[in-house]
Amino acid sequence: MPASMSTNSDLNLDYVANLARLDLSQAEKTEFAHQLGDILHYVEKLRQVDVTGVEPMAHASPVFNVWEADVARPGLPVEAALRNAPAQRQNMIVVPKVVE
Amino acid sequence: MADDLIFQPAARLAALLAAGKLSSVELLQACVARTKAVDGRVKAFNSYDETGALSLARAADARRAAGQARGPLDGLPVGLKDVIAAEGQPLTCSSKMLANFVSPYDATVTRKLKAAGAIPFGRLNMDEFAMGSSTENSAFGPTANPWDLTRVPGGSSGGSAAAVAAGELPLALGSDTGGSIRQPAALCGIVGLKPTYGLVSRYGLAAYASSLDQIGTMAHTVEDAALLLGVIAGHDPRDSTSFKAEVPDYRAALAAKKGPWRLGVPREFFGAGLDPEIGSAVKQAIEFYRQQGCEIKEVSLPLAAEHAIAVYYLIATAEASSNLARYDGIRYGHRSAAAKDAIDIYAKSRAEGFGPEVKRRIILGTHVLSSGYYDAYYLRAQKVRTLIRNEFTAVLRDCDALLSPTSPVPAFRLGEKSADPLAMYLTDIYTISVNLAGLPGISIPCGFTAGGLPIGLQLIGRPFQEADLLAVARAYEAAHEWHAKHPLL
Repeated sequence: MPASMSTNSDLNLDYVANLARLDLSQAEKTEFAHQLGDILHYVEKLRQVDVTGVEPMAHASPVFNVWEADVARPGLPVEAALRNAPAQRQNMIVVPKVVE
Repeated sequence: MADDLIFQPAARLAALLAAGKLSSVELLQACVARTKAVDGRVKAFNSYDETGALSLARAADARRAAGQARGPLDGLPVGLKDVIAAEGQPLTCSSKMLANFVSPYDATVTRKLKAAGAIPFGRLNMDEFAMGSSTENSAFGPTANPWDLTRVPGGSSGGSAAAVAAGELPLALGSDTGGSIRQPAALCGIVGLKPTYGLVSRYGLAAYASSLDQIGTMAHTVEDAALLLGVIAGHDPRDSTSFKAEVPDYRAALAAKKGPWRLGVPREFFGAGLDPEIGSAVKQAIEFYRQQGCEIKEVSLPLAAEHAIAVYYLIATAEASSNLARYDGIRYGHRSAAAKDAIDIYAKSRAEGFGPEVKRRIILGTHVLSSGYYDAYYLRAQKVRTLIRNEFTAVLRDCDALLSPTSPVPAFRLGEKSADPLAMYLTDIYTISVNLAGLPGISIPCGFTAGGLPIGLQLIGRPFQEADLLAVARAYEAAHEWHAKHPLL
Protein backbone atom coordinates (compact mmCIF):
# COMPACT_ATOMS: atom_id res chain seq x y z
CA MET A 1 0.00 0.00 0.00
CA PRO A 2 1.46 3.38 -0.94
CA ALA A 3 2.27 5.57 2.05
CA SER A 4 1.47 8.76 0.16
CA MET A 5 -1.08 9.59 -2.49
CA SER A 6 -0.51 8.31 -5.98
CA THR A 7 1.20 9.80 -8.92
CA ASN A 8 -0.80 9.93 -12.14
CA SER A 9 0.87 6.83 -13.49
CA ASP A 10 -0.72 4.80 -10.67
CA LEU A 11 -4.10 4.92 -12.40
CA ASN A 12 -4.24 1.64 -14.31
CA LEU A 13 -7.29 2.22 -16.49
CA ASP A 14 -7.65 -1.36 -17.69
CA TYR A 15 -7.53 -2.70 -14.14
CA VAL A 16 -9.99 -0.13 -12.77
CA ALA A 17 -12.36 -0.42 -15.74
CA ASN A 18 -12.54 -4.16 -15.12
CA LEU A 19 -13.28 -3.58 -11.42
CA ALA A 20 -16.04 -1.17 -12.46
CA ARG A 21 -17.38 -3.64 -15.06
CA LEU A 22 -17.21 -0.88 -17.63
CA ASP A 23 -15.78 -1.44 -21.11
CA LEU A 24 -13.81 1.57 -22.33
CA SER A 25 -12.89 2.24 -25.96
CA GLN A 26 -9.31 3.10 -26.85
CA ALA A 27 -10.36 6.71 -27.46
CA GLU A 28 -11.98 6.88 -24.01
CA LYS A 29 -8.88 5.43 -22.37
CA THR A 30 -6.67 8.05 -23.97
CA GLU A 31 -9.02 10.89 -23.02
CA PHE A 32 -9.68 9.67 -19.47
CA ALA A 33 -6.00 9.03 -18.74
CA HIS A 34 -5.32 12.68 -19.47
CA GLN A 35 -8.39 14.12 -17.72
CA LEU A 36 -8.27 11.87 -14.66
CA GLY A 37 -4.55 12.53 -14.43
CA ASP A 38 -5.35 16.25 -14.08
CA ILE A 39 -7.95 15.54 -11.41
CA LEU A 40 -5.72 13.16 -9.44
CA HIS A 41 -2.96 15.75 -9.59
CA TYR A 42 -5.41 18.37 -8.28
CA VAL A 43 -6.54 16.26 -5.30
CA GLU A 44 -2.91 15.71 -4.25
CA LYS A 45 -3.30 19.01 -2.40
CA LEU A 46 -5.13 17.13 0.38
CA ARG A 47 -1.73 15.84 1.48
CA GLN A 48 -1.08 19.31 2.90
CA VAL A 49 -3.81 18.89 5.51
CA ASP A 50 -2.88 17.48 8.92
CA VAL A 51 -5.54 14.87 9.68
CA THR A 52 -3.81 13.32 12.70
CA GLY A 53 -6.42 12.12 15.16
CA VAL A 54 -9.37 13.34 13.00
CA GLU A 55 -12.41 11.07 12.77
CA PRO A 56 -13.63 10.37 9.22
CA MET A 57 -17.10 11.69 8.41
CA ALA A 58 -19.34 9.32 6.44
CA HIS A 59 -22.32 11.67 6.20
CA ALA A 60 -23.68 14.89 7.65
CA SER A 61 -26.85 13.56 9.22
CA PRO A 62 -27.13 13.47 13.02
CA VAL A 63 -28.82 10.06 12.67
CA PHE A 64 -27.19 6.75 13.56
CA ASN A 65 -28.33 3.13 13.92
CA VAL A 66 -31.87 3.34 12.63
CA TRP A 67 -33.88 0.26 13.53
CA GLU A 68 -37.18 -0.94 12.18
CA ALA A 69 -39.50 -3.65 13.40
CA ASP A 70 -39.14 -6.84 11.34
CA VAL A 71 -42.67 -6.82 10.00
CA ALA A 72 -43.73 -7.84 6.50
CA ARG A 73 -45.31 -5.05 4.47
CA PRO A 74 -46.86 -5.06 1.02
CA GLY A 75 -44.31 -4.59 -1.76
CA LEU A 76 -44.49 -4.07 -5.48
CA PRO A 77 -46.64 -6.61 -7.34
CA VAL A 78 -44.60 -8.90 -9.62
CA GLU A 79 -45.85 -7.24 -12.80
CA ALA A 80 -44.80 -3.80 -11.56
CA ALA A 81 -41.43 -5.05 -10.35
CA LEU A 82 -40.72 -6.68 -13.72
CA ARG A 83 -42.09 -3.91 -15.86
CA ASN A 84 -38.64 -2.44 -16.55
CA ALA A 85 -36.82 -5.76 -17.01
CA PRO A 86 -34.93 -5.97 -20.33
CA ALA A 87 -36.12 -9.57 -20.82
CA GLN A 88 -38.62 -11.62 -18.84
CA ARG A 89 -40.52 -14.88 -19.01
CA GLN A 90 -42.97 -16.49 -16.57
CA ASN A 91 -42.51 -13.78 -13.92
CA MET A 92 -38.73 -14.12 -14.05
CA ILE A 93 -35.90 -12.05 -15.49
CA VAL A 94 -34.16 -13.78 -18.38
CA VAL A 95 -30.36 -13.76 -18.28
CA PRO A 96 -27.69 -15.65 -20.24
CA LYS A 97 -26.43 -18.94 -18.89
CA VAL A 98 -23.96 -18.30 -16.06
CA VAL A 99 -22.99 -21.91 -15.23
CA GLU A 100 -21.42 -24.19 -17.83
CA MET B 1 -55.09 35.21 -20.08
CA ALA B 2 -52.04 33.02 -20.28
CA ASP B 3 -49.65 35.98 -20.53
CA ASP B 4 -50.87 37.32 -17.18
CA LEU B 5 -49.97 34.07 -15.48
CA ILE B 6 -46.47 33.55 -16.83
CA PHE B 7 -43.83 34.47 -14.25
CA GLN B 8 -46.39 34.93 -11.47
CA PRO B 9 -45.05 33.67 -8.14
CA ALA B 10 -46.72 30.54 -6.85
CA ALA B 11 -48.05 32.39 -3.79
CA ARG B 12 -49.86 34.84 -6.10
CA LEU B 13 -51.28 32.00 -8.22
CA ALA B 14 -52.40 30.25 -5.03
CA ALA B 15 -54.23 33.41 -3.97
CA LEU B 16 -55.95 33.63 -7.37
CA LEU B 17 -56.99 29.98 -7.10
CA ALA B 18 -58.27 30.50 -3.56
CA ALA B 19 -60.25 33.58 -4.62
CA GLY B 20 -61.87 31.68 -7.47
CA LYS B 21 -60.32 34.02 -10.05
CA LEU B 22 -58.34 31.22 -11.63
CA SER B 23 -58.89 27.51 -12.10
CA SER B 24 -56.21 24.87 -11.90
CA VAL B 25 -57.11 23.75 -15.41
CA GLU B 26 -56.61 27.29 -16.75
CA LEU B 27 -53.27 27.53 -14.98
CA LEU B 28 -52.06 24.19 -16.29
CA GLN B 29 -53.18 25.07 -19.81
CA ALA B 30 -51.23 28.32 -19.56
CA CYS B 31 -48.11 26.38 -18.51
CA VAL B 32 -48.58 23.89 -21.34
CA ALA B 33 -49.08 26.71 -23.87
CA ARG B 34 -45.97 28.50 -22.63
CA THR B 35 -43.98 25.28 -22.75
CA LYS B 36 -45.13 24.59 -26.30
CA ALA B 37 -44.21 28.14 -27.30
CA VAL B 38 -40.71 28.33 -25.83
CA ASP B 39 -39.40 24.87 -24.96
CA GLY B 40 -38.29 24.12 -28.51
CA ARG B 41 -35.58 26.71 -27.78
CA VAL B 42 -35.07 26.30 -24.02
CA LYS B 43 -35.28 22.47 -23.96
CA ALA B 44 -35.96 22.32 -20.23
CA PHE B 45 -38.31 19.33 -20.50
CA ASN B 46 -37.36 15.75 -21.29
CA SER B 47 -41.07 14.91 -21.47
CA TYR B 48 -44.43 15.81 -20.03
CA ASP B 49 -47.79 14.12 -19.62
CA GLU B 50 -50.38 16.75 -20.52
CA THR B 51 -53.38 14.42 -20.26
CA GLY B 52 -52.47 13.04 -16.84
CA ALA B 53 -51.73 16.51 -15.48
CA LEU B 54 -55.04 17.88 -16.83
CA SER B 55 -56.99 15.18 -15.05
CA LEU B 56 -55.21 16.07 -11.77
CA ALA B 57 -56.00 19.75 -12.42
CA ARG B 58 -59.68 18.92 -12.91
CA ALA B 59 -59.66 16.98 -9.66
CA ALA B 60 -58.08 19.96 -7.89
CA ASP B 61 -60.77 22.28 -9.25
CA ALA B 62 -63.46 19.83 -8.13
CA ARG B 63 -61.98 19.71 -4.60
CA ARG B 64 -61.90 23.47 -4.42
CA ALA B 65 -65.47 23.78 -5.66
CA ALA B 66 -66.52 21.34 -2.93
CA GLY B 67 -64.72 23.39 -0.29
CA GLN B 68 -62.10 20.69 0.19
CA ALA B 69 -58.94 22.39 -1.10
CA ARG B 70 -55.87 20.83 0.52
CA GLY B 71 -53.82 23.95 1.09
CA PRO B 72 -51.97 26.63 -0.82
CA LEU B 73 -50.33 24.32 -3.36
CA ASP B 74 -53.57 22.58 -4.31
CA GLY B 75 -53.90 22.81 -8.10
CA LEU B 76 -50.42 24.23 -8.74
CA PRO B 77 -48.13 22.45 -11.23
CA VAL B 78 -44.68 21.53 -9.92
CA GLY B 79 -41.97 20.29 -12.29
CA LEU B 80 -39.76 17.37 -11.30
CA LYS B 81 -36.10 16.99 -12.16
CA ASP B 82 -35.90 13.73 -14.13
CA VAL B 83 -34.18 12.02 -11.19
CA ILE B 84 -37.24 12.02 -8.88
CA ALA B 85 -39.69 9.13 -9.23
CA ALA B 86 -43.37 9.67 -10.08
CA GLU B 87 -45.42 6.51 -10.52
CA GLY B 88 -46.19 5.72 -14.15
CA GLN B 89 -43.91 8.52 -15.43
CA PRO B 90 -40.53 8.16 -17.15
CA LEU B 91 -37.46 8.37 -14.94
CA THR B 92 -34.48 8.77 -17.26
CA CYS B 93 -31.87 10.66 -15.19
CA SER B 94 -31.15 12.11 -18.66
CA SER B 95 -29.30 8.88 -19.39
CA LYS B 96 -29.50 6.42 -22.24
CA MET B 97 -29.22 3.79 -19.49
CA LEU B 98 -32.76 4.63 -18.29
CA ALA B 99 -34.21 5.96 -21.56
CA ASN B 100 -37.20 3.59 -21.32
CA PHE B 101 -37.54 3.31 -17.54
CA VAL B 102 -40.98 3.99 -16.03
CA SER B 103 -41.22 4.56 -12.26
CA PRO B 104 -43.17 1.82 -10.47
CA TYR B 105 -43.71 4.05 -7.42
CA ASP B 106 -43.72 7.65 -6.18
CA ALA B 107 -40.77 9.27 -4.44
CA THR B 108 -41.75 10.50 -0.99
CA VAL B 109 -41.59 14.12 -2.21
CA THR B 110 -43.90 13.23 -5.12
CA ARG B 111 -46.33 11.52 -2.75
CA LYS B 112 -46.29 14.61 -0.51
CA LEU B 113 -46.86 16.94 -3.46
CA LYS B 114 -49.86 14.88 -4.54
CA ALA B 115 -51.21 14.77 -0.98
CA ALA B 116 -51.02 18.58 -0.95
CA GLY B 117 -52.97 18.68 -4.23
CA ALA B 118 -50.00 19.85 -6.30
CA ILE B 119 -49.67 18.51 -9.82
CA PRO B 120 -46.34 16.89 -10.70
CA PHE B 121 -45.86 18.12 -14.25
CA GLY B 122 -42.98 17.35 -16.57
CA ARG B 123 -39.69 15.54 -16.41
CA LEU B 124 -36.98 18.20 -16.40
CA ASN B 125 -33.60 17.88 -18.07
CA MET B 126 -30.40 17.54 -16.08
CA ASP B 127 -26.80 16.46 -16.32
CA GLU B 128 -26.79 12.67 -16.61
CA PHE B 129 -27.30 11.17 -13.14
CA ALA B 130 -26.90 14.71 -11.76
CA MET B 131 -23.20 14.77 -12.65
CA GLY B 132 -22.33 18.16 -14.03
CA SER B 133 -22.66 21.92 -13.71
CA SER B 134 -24.10 22.89 -17.09
CA THR B 135 -26.84 20.39 -18.14
CA GLU B 136 -24.67 19.63 -21.17
CA ASN B 137 -24.08 16.05 -19.96
CA SER B 138 -27.61 14.99 -20.93
CA ALA B 139 -28.22 12.09 -23.29
CA PHE B 140 -31.11 14.13 -24.69
CA GLY B 141 -29.11 17.28 -25.47
CA PRO B 142 -28.38 20.42 -23.47
CA THR B 143 -30.87 22.88 -21.98
CA ALA B 144 -30.35 26.54 -22.88
CA ASN B 145 -30.25 29.49 -20.51
CA PRO B 146 -33.47 31.50 -21.03
CA TRP B 147 -31.51 34.77 -20.61
CA ASP B 148 -29.15 33.89 -23.46
CA LEU B 149 -29.87 30.79 -25.48
CA THR B 150 -26.21 30.41 -26.43
CA ARG B 151 -25.30 29.88 -22.78
CA VAL B 152 -25.75 27.08 -20.25
CA PRO B 153 -28.44 27.23 -17.55
CA GLY B 154 -26.03 25.75 -15.00
CA GLY B 155 -26.52 22.29 -13.62
CA SER B 156 -27.16 19.71 -12.79
CA SER B 157 -30.77 20.89 -12.20
CA GLY B 158 -30.58 23.08 -15.31
CA GLY B 159 -33.95 21.98 -16.71
CA SER B 160 -35.70 22.82 -13.45
CA ALA B 161 -34.05 26.25 -13.26
CA ALA B 162 -34.67 27.08 -16.92
CA ALA B 163 -38.33 25.95 -16.82
CA VAL B 164 -39.06 28.31 -13.92
CA ALA B 165 -36.94 31.17 -15.35
CA ALA B 166 -38.65 30.84 -18.76
CA GLY B 167 -42.12 30.98 -17.23
CA GLU B 168 -43.00 27.41 -18.17
CA LEU B 169 -43.67 26.41 -14.56
CA PRO B 170 -44.11 28.37 -11.33
CA LEU B 171 -42.28 25.78 -9.21
CA ALA B 172 -39.91 22.86 -9.63
CA LEU B 173 -37.95 20.40 -7.57
CA GLY B 174 -34.26 19.80 -8.14
CA SER B 175 -31.53 17.91 -6.36
CA ASP B 176 -28.26 19.33 -5.04
CA THR B 177 -25.15 17.24 -4.38
CA GLY B 178 -22.49 19.94 -4.78
CA GLY B 179 -24.48 23.00 -5.87
CA SER B 180 -26.87 21.52 -8.42
CA ILE B 181 -29.86 23.59 -7.25
CA ARG B 182 -28.12 26.81 -6.17
CA GLN B 183 -25.76 27.24 -9.14
CA PRO B 184 -28.42 26.87 -11.89
CA ALA B 185 -30.75 29.08 -9.84
CA ALA B 186 -28.02 31.75 -9.82
CA LEU B 187 -27.28 31.38 -13.53
CA CYS B 188 -31.00 31.57 -14.41
CA GLY B 189 -31.99 34.37 -12.01
CA ILE B 190 -34.34 32.43 -9.71
CA VAL B 191 -34.44 31.25 -6.08
CA GLY B 192 -32.93 27.82 -5.37
CA LEU B 193 -32.92 26.24 -1.92
CA LYS B 194 -30.89 23.22 -0.84
CA PRO B 195 -32.23 22.17 2.57
CA THR B 196 -30.19 20.69 5.41
CA TYR B 197 -29.12 17.11 4.70
CA GLY B 198 -31.83 14.92 6.25
CA LEU B 199 -34.69 17.45 6.17
CA VAL B 200 -36.22 16.13 2.93
CA SER B 201 -36.55 12.41 2.22
CA ARG B 202 -34.38 11.00 -0.55
CA TYR B 203 -36.65 7.98 -1.04
CA GLY B 204 -37.33 7.79 -4.78
CA LEU B 205 -34.42 10.07 -5.71
CA ALA B 206 -32.07 8.12 -7.98
CA ALA B 207 -28.85 8.12 -5.96
CA TYR B 208 -25.66 9.83 -7.09
CA ALA B 209 -23.68 10.50 -3.88
CA SER B 210 -25.88 9.48 -0.99
CA SER B 211 -24.09 11.35 1.80
CA LEU B 212 -24.43 14.63 -0.13
CA ASP B 213 -27.64 14.40 -2.23
CA GLN B 214 -30.58 16.50 -1.10
CA ILE B 215 -33.85 17.42 -2.85
CA GLY B 216 -34.79 21.10 -2.81
CA THR B 217 -36.91 23.83 -4.34
CA MET B 218 -36.64 26.11 -7.38
CA ALA B 219 -39.01 29.08 -7.54
CA HIS B 220 -39.41 32.76 -8.37
CA THR B 221 -39.43 34.01 -4.79
CA VAL B 222 -38.30 33.13 -1.28
CA GLU B 223 -41.93 32.93 -0.20
CA ASP B 224 -42.58 30.31 -2.90
CA ALA B 225 -39.54 28.36 -1.73
CA ALA B 226 -40.94 28.46 1.82
CA LEU B 227 -44.33 27.18 0.64
CA LEU B 228 -42.86 24.30 -1.33
CA LEU B 229 -40.35 23.34 1.36
CA GLY B 230 -43.17 23.12 3.89
CA VAL B 231 -44.82 20.47 1.72
CA ILE B 232 -41.79 18.27 1.01
CA ALA B 233 -39.92 18.46 4.36
CA GLY B 234 -40.25 15.99 7.20
CA HIS B 235 -39.13 12.65 8.55
CA ASP B 236 -39.60 9.55 6.40
CA PRO B 237 -38.97 6.05 7.73
CA ARG B 238 -38.09 5.01 4.17
CA ASP B 239 -34.93 7.15 4.25
CA SER B 240 -32.70 6.09 7.13
CA THR B 241 -30.77 9.38 6.95
CA SER B 242 -33.97 11.40 7.27
CA PHE B 243 -34.07 13.41 10.49
CA LYS B 244 -36.96 13.71 12.94
CA ALA B 245 -36.91 17.49 12.72
CA GLU B 246 -39.86 19.71 13.45
CA VAL B 247 -41.32 21.21 10.25
CA PRO B 248 -42.41 24.74 11.07
CA ASP B 249 -44.67 26.95 8.95
CA TYR B 250 -41.84 28.40 6.87
CA ARG B 251 -44.03 31.02 5.20
CA ALA B 252 -45.33 32.30 8.54
CA ALA B 253 -41.73 32.49 9.74
CA LEU B 254 -40.88 34.93 6.95
CA ALA B 255 -43.11 37.55 8.53
CA ALA B 256 -42.43 36.60 12.14
CA LYS B 257 -38.64 36.55 12.06
CA LYS B 258 -37.11 39.99 11.80
CA GLY B 259 -33.49 41.03 11.99
CA PRO B 260 -31.12 42.44 12.64
CA TRP B 261 -29.02 39.35 12.14
CA ARG B 262 -25.37 38.60 12.62
CA LEU B 263 -24.05 37.73 9.18
CA GLY B 264 -20.67 36.25 8.32
CA VAL B 265 -18.74 36.92 5.13
CA PRO B 266 -16.14 34.22 4.41
CA ARG B 267 -13.03 36.11 3.30
CA GLU B 268 -11.78 33.27 1.09
CA PHE B 269 -14.99 33.24 -0.99
CA PHE B 270 -14.02 36.59 -2.58
CA GLY B 271 -10.56 35.67 -3.84
CA ALA B 272 -8.97 34.93 -7.19
CA GLY B 273 -11.28 33.50 -9.83
CA LEU B 274 -14.33 35.53 -8.79
CA ASP B 275 -15.83 37.51 -11.65
CA PRO B 276 -15.54 41.21 -10.65
CA GLU B 277 -19.13 42.04 -11.57
CA ILE B 278 -20.36 39.20 -9.36
CA GLY B 279 -18.07 40.29 -6.53
CA SER B 280 -19.39 43.84 -6.79
CA ALA B 281 -23.07 42.78 -6.82
CA VAL B 282 -22.60 40.51 -3.79
CA LYS B 283 -20.75 43.23 -1.88
CA GLN B 284 -23.65 45.59 -2.54
CA ALA B 285 -26.01 42.99 -1.11
CA ILE B 286 -23.80 42.71 1.98
CA GLU B 287 -23.90 46.51 2.25
CA PHE B 288 -27.70 46.37 2.14
CA TYR B 289 -27.76 44.09 5.18
CA ARG B 290 -25.32 46.37 6.99
CA GLN B 291 -27.59 49.34 6.34
CA GLN B 292 -30.49 47.35 7.73
CA GLY B 293 -28.62 47.18 11.03
CA CYS B 294 -27.19 43.70 10.64
CA GLU B 295 -23.80 43.04 12.16
CA ILE B 296 -21.45 42.00 9.33
CA LYS B 297 -18.50 39.89 10.46
CA GLU B 298 -15.62 38.81 8.29
CA VAL B 299 -15.03 35.11 8.92
CA SER B 300 -12.51 32.62 7.62
CA LEU B 301 -13.10 29.16 6.11
CA PRO B 302 -9.62 28.31 4.83
CA LEU B 303 -10.05 24.55 4.51
CA ALA B 304 -13.49 24.82 2.92
CA ALA B 305 -12.19 27.28 0.36
CA GLU B 306 -8.98 25.43 -0.42
CA HIS B 307 -9.96 21.77 -0.19
CA ALA B 308 -13.71 21.32 -0.63
CA ILE B 309 -13.54 20.54 -4.34
CA ALA B 310 -10.84 17.89 -3.90
CA VAL B 311 -12.73 16.31 -0.98
CA TYR B 312 -15.96 16.39 -2.95
CA TYR B 313 -14.58 14.72 -6.07
CA LEU B 314 -13.11 11.89 -4.01
CA ILE B 315 -16.17 11.28 -1.83
CA ALA B 316 -18.84 11.90 -4.48
CA THR B 317 -17.18 9.73 -7.11
CA ALA B 318 -16.54 6.95 -4.58
CA GLU B 319 -20.22 6.95 -3.61
CA ALA B 320 -21.26 7.21 -7.27
CA SER B 321 -19.17 4.21 -8.29
CA SER B 322 -20.99 2.19 -5.64
CA ASN B 323 -24.48 3.60 -6.30
CA LEU B 324 -24.25 3.20 -10.06
CA ALA B 325 -23.15 -0.43 -9.80
CA ARG B 326 -26.89 -1.21 -9.76
CA TYR B 327 -27.10 -0.34 -13.47
CA ASP B 328 -25.96 -3.74 -14.65
CA GLY B 329 -28.34 -4.44 -17.54
CA ILE B 330 -29.98 -7.31 -15.68
CA ARG B 331 -33.07 -6.16 -13.79
CA TYR B 332 -33.83 -2.84 -15.48
CA GLY B 333 -32.19 -0.29 -17.73
CA HIS B 334 -30.26 -0.71 -20.95
CA ARG B 335 -29.04 -4.22 -21.80
CA SER B 336 -26.47 -4.58 -24.57
CA ALA B 337 -27.58 -6.73 -27.49
CA ALA B 338 -23.94 -7.53 -28.21
CA ALA B 339 -23.20 -9.22 -24.87
CA LYS B 340 -22.43 -12.94 -24.72
CA ASP B 341 -22.34 -13.81 -21.01
CA ALA B 342 -23.23 -12.26 -17.64
CA ILE B 343 -19.99 -10.30 -17.07
CA ASP B 344 -20.16 -9.16 -20.67
CA ILE B 345 -23.70 -7.87 -20.10
CA TYR B 346 -22.48 -5.68 -17.24
CA ALA B 347 -19.46 -4.26 -19.04
CA LYS B 348 -21.09 -3.70 -22.43
CA SER B 349 -24.46 -2.44 -21.15
CA ARG B 350 -22.68 0.09 -18.95
CA ALA B 351 -20.35 1.10 -21.80
CA GLU B 352 -23.34 1.70 -24.10
CA GLY B 353 -25.69 3.18 -21.48
CA PHE B 354 -23.50 5.74 -19.67
CA GLY B 355 -22.19 9.00 -21.08
CA PRO B 356 -18.59 10.23 -20.73
CA GLU B 357 -18.88 12.22 -17.47
CA VAL B 358 -20.63 9.34 -15.71
CA LYS B 359 -17.93 6.95 -16.90
CA ARG B 360 -15.19 9.32 -15.75
CA ARG B 361 -16.68 9.54 -12.27
CA ILE B 362 -17.26 5.79 -11.99
CA ILE B 363 -13.63 5.15 -12.97
CA LEU B 364 -12.32 7.77 -10.56
CA GLY B 365 -14.54 6.53 -7.74
CA THR B 366 -13.59 2.90 -8.35
CA HIS B 367 -9.91 3.87 -8.34
CA VAL B 368 -10.06 5.82 -5.06
CA LEU B 369 -11.88 2.94 -3.34
CA SER B 370 -9.61 0.24 -4.72
CA SER B 371 -7.20 -1.76 -2.60
CA GLY B 372 -4.08 0.27 -1.84
CA TYR B 373 -5.68 3.65 -2.49
CA TYR B 374 -8.63 3.70 -0.07
CA ASP B 375 -6.73 5.18 2.89
CA ALA B 376 -4.77 7.70 0.85
CA TYR B 377 -7.78 9.04 -1.01
CA TYR B 378 -11.20 8.18 0.37
CA LEU B 379 -10.41 7.97 4.08
CA ARG B 380 -8.27 11.11 3.99
CA ALA B 381 -11.06 12.96 2.16
CA GLN B 382 -13.55 11.89 4.83
CA LYS B 383 -11.24 13.26 7.53
CA VAL B 384 -10.78 16.58 5.77
CA ARG B 385 -14.57 16.63 5.43
CA THR B 386 -14.79 16.52 9.23
CA LEU B 387 -12.41 19.48 9.46
CA ILE B 388 -14.46 21.46 6.91
CA ARG B 389 -17.66 20.72 8.84
CA ASN B 390 -15.94 21.88 12.04
CA GLU B 391 -14.96 25.16 10.38
CA PHE B 392 -18.58 25.88 9.49
CA THR B 393 -19.80 24.86 12.94
CA ALA B 394 -17.35 27.29 14.53
CA VAL B 395 -18.26 30.32 12.40
CA LEU B 396 -22.01 29.63 12.62
CA ARG B 397 -21.78 29.79 16.41
CA ASP B 398 -21.49 33.56 16.07
CA CYS B 399 -23.40 34.09 12.81
CA ASP B 400 -27.03 33.51 11.88
CA ALA B 401 -26.05 33.06 8.25
CA LEU B 402 -23.10 33.40 5.88
CA LEU B 403 -23.16 35.48 2.68
CA SER B 404 -21.17 34.70 -0.47
CA PRO B 405 -21.46 34.53 -4.24
CA THR B 406 -23.24 31.38 -5.45
CA SER B 407 -21.08 30.92 -8.54
CA PRO B 408 -17.73 32.56 -9.35
CA VAL B 409 -18.84 33.10 -12.96
CA PRO B 410 -22.09 34.00 -14.73
CA ALA B 411 -23.63 31.61 -17.27
CA PHE B 412 -20.90 30.43 -19.61
CA ARG B 413 -21.26 29.52 -23.28
CA LEU B 414 -22.47 26.08 -24.31
CA GLY B 415 -19.37 24.00 -24.99
CA GLU B 416 -17.02 26.46 -23.28
CA LYS B 417 -15.95 24.14 -20.46
CA SER B 418 -17.16 20.75 -21.65
CA ALA B 419 -13.70 19.54 -22.76
CA ASP B 420 -12.08 20.35 -19.40
CA PRO B 421 -13.79 18.54 -16.50
CA LEU B 422 -11.58 20.15 -13.86
CA ALA B 423 -12.44 23.68 -15.04
CA MET B 424 -16.13 22.70 -14.87
CA TYR B 425 -15.69 21.32 -11.33
CA LEU B 426 -14.15 24.62 -10.17
CA THR B 427 -17.39 26.49 -10.93
CA ASP B 428 -18.87 24.81 -7.82
CA ILE B 429 -16.25 26.25 -5.49
CA TYR B 430 -18.66 28.23 -3.26
CA THR B 431 -21.46 25.68 -3.10
CA ILE B 432 -19.70 22.35 -2.62
CA SER B 433 -18.51 22.84 0.96
CA VAL B 434 -22.13 23.43 2.04
CA ASN B 435 -23.00 19.87 0.97
CA LEU B 436 -19.94 18.45 2.69
CA ALA B 437 -21.05 20.14 5.92
CA GLY B 438 -24.71 19.15 5.36
CA LEU B 439 -25.93 22.74 5.81
CA PRO B 440 -28.87 24.55 4.21
CA GLY B 441 -28.03 27.01 1.43
CA ILE B 442 -30.09 29.26 -0.78
CA SER B 443 -29.30 31.29 -3.89
CA ILE B 444 -31.34 34.42 -4.57
CA PRO B 445 -31.04 36.91 -7.44
CA CYS B 446 -28.88 39.95 -6.57
CA GLY B 447 -28.23 41.67 -9.87
CA PHE B 448 -27.13 41.31 -13.47
CA THR B 449 -23.86 41.60 -15.33
CA ALA B 450 -23.45 44.40 -17.86
CA GLY B 451 -24.20 41.72 -20.46
CA GLY B 452 -27.57 41.01 -18.85
CA LEU B 453 -26.75 37.70 -17.14
CA PRO B 454 -28.22 36.99 -13.68
CA ILE B 455 -26.07 37.01 -10.54
CA GLY B 456 -26.84 34.92 -7.45
CA LEU B 457 -26.23 35.64 -3.76
CA GLN B 458 -25.71 32.53 -1.64
CA LEU B 459 -26.85 32.45 1.98
CA ILE B 460 -25.74 29.55 4.17
CA GLY B 461 -27.58 28.74 7.39
CA ARG B 462 -27.41 26.59 10.48
CA PRO B 463 -28.57 22.97 10.28
CA PHE B 464 -32.38 22.64 10.27
CA GLN B 465 -32.79 26.43 10.69
CA GLU B 466 -34.33 26.95 7.25
CA ALA B 467 -36.91 29.31 8.75
CA ASP B 468 -34.13 31.73 9.76
CA LEU B 469 -32.30 31.31 6.46
CA LEU B 470 -35.44 32.04 4.44
CA ALA B 471 -36.23 35.09 6.59
CA VAL B 472 -32.75 36.55 6.01
CA ALA B 473 -33.11 35.91 2.26
CA ARG B 474 -36.59 37.42 2.19
CA ALA B 475 -35.36 40.63 3.84
CA TYR B 476 -33.12 41.26 0.82
CA GLU B 477 -35.70 40.17 -1.72
CA ALA B 478 -38.40 42.41 -0.24
CA ALA B 479 -36.24 45.49 -0.87
CA HIS B 480 -35.11 44.58 -4.40
CA GLU B 481 -36.71 43.87 -7.76
CA TRP B 482 -34.20 41.47 -9.33
CA HIS B 483 -36.51 38.50 -8.85
CA ALA B 484 -39.26 40.31 -10.76
CA LYS B 485 -37.18 40.64 -13.94
CA HIS B 486 -37.72 37.96 -16.56
CA PRO B 487 -36.08 36.97 -19.84
CA LEU B 488 -37.56 37.85 -23.21
CA LEU B 489 -37.97 34.72 -25.28
